[in-house]
Amino acid sequence: MQGVLDAVGPESPGGVVVPTSYYLVLSAVLFGLGVVAFVFKRNIITIFMSIELMLNAVNLAFVAFSRALGQLQGQVFVFFVIVVAAAEAAVGLAIIIVIARNRGTLDVERVDSLKH
Amino acid sequence: MTPQIAVFLVLAAVAVAGALNLILQRHPIHSALSLIVVMVALAGLYLLQGAEFIAAVQIIVYAGAIMVLFIFVIMLLNAGEEERENLSRLARFVGVPLGLVFLVEVAYWIARATSHMAQSSTQAVSTRELSTLLFREYVFPFELTSFLILIAILGALVLARREDSD
Repeated sequence: MQGVLDAVGPESPGGVVVPTSYYLVLSAVLFGLGVVAFVFKRNIITIFMSIELMLNAVNLAFVAFSRALGQLQGQVFVFFVIVVAAAEAAVGLAIIIVIARNRGTLDVERVDSLKH
Repeated sequence: MTPQIAVFLVLAAVAVAGALNLILQRHPIHSALSLIVVMVALAGLYLLQGAEFIAAVQIIVYAGAIMVLFIFVIMLLNAGEEERENLSRLARFVGVPLGLVFLVEVAYWIARATSHMAQSSTQAVSTRELSTLLFREYVFPFELTSFLILIAILGALVLARREDSD
């Protein structure tokens, strides 16, 4: 990879390629959009997808810090986050199937047994 | 502007546009497809940072496996369009501006606090080093994740099983 992308910019002295703050701001924006989707969407599958979006935003921050600090632990963490997200998706989608079977709807506004 | 920053800006714009599209689309399958766009753009950003293993895992596991599972469930449940959500007046006139102010503030402080952090390491992280770290120091958590996945499979099977089968 070093041969491909780092060789593109021979004029980058001292290794300053893209400032880490750019990545962190992008990560914050994506996380914020994930929160907005989580709050505003009504379909339970879309709400679940917004959780995945937030996990992805955090992964981006992990990789950016890993690169900035020159340590590999951040990428190991991203690996574990992806594994946990896969397990979470399997269980969560099973729960969604059960909800759809029992209530006949995917609208979270109509899953309100605890309210009444 | 170096080529890296141009590539970063393009990929960041694609990612943010995909995330916005996820919010704006009303059919879940369109939201799922725009989330795949976000994930592919993030994989490009990982490549830009020299994390090629993470980029490959992102494409294979996230865009390939998890999102296919999502789309499979959307089709299985025949999920239709959700009703148009109308924001309440409080949400429209207080919530949205407050959210924007909060976002700008967070972005400002992050950019300011980390502006001194240039990318210190120029060399890309090799997958060999990453796997050495993963299978030496983090081998116990790695093995634990296999138990986690096993339990998740069992939980999903138990949850999604039909009730009349027992």
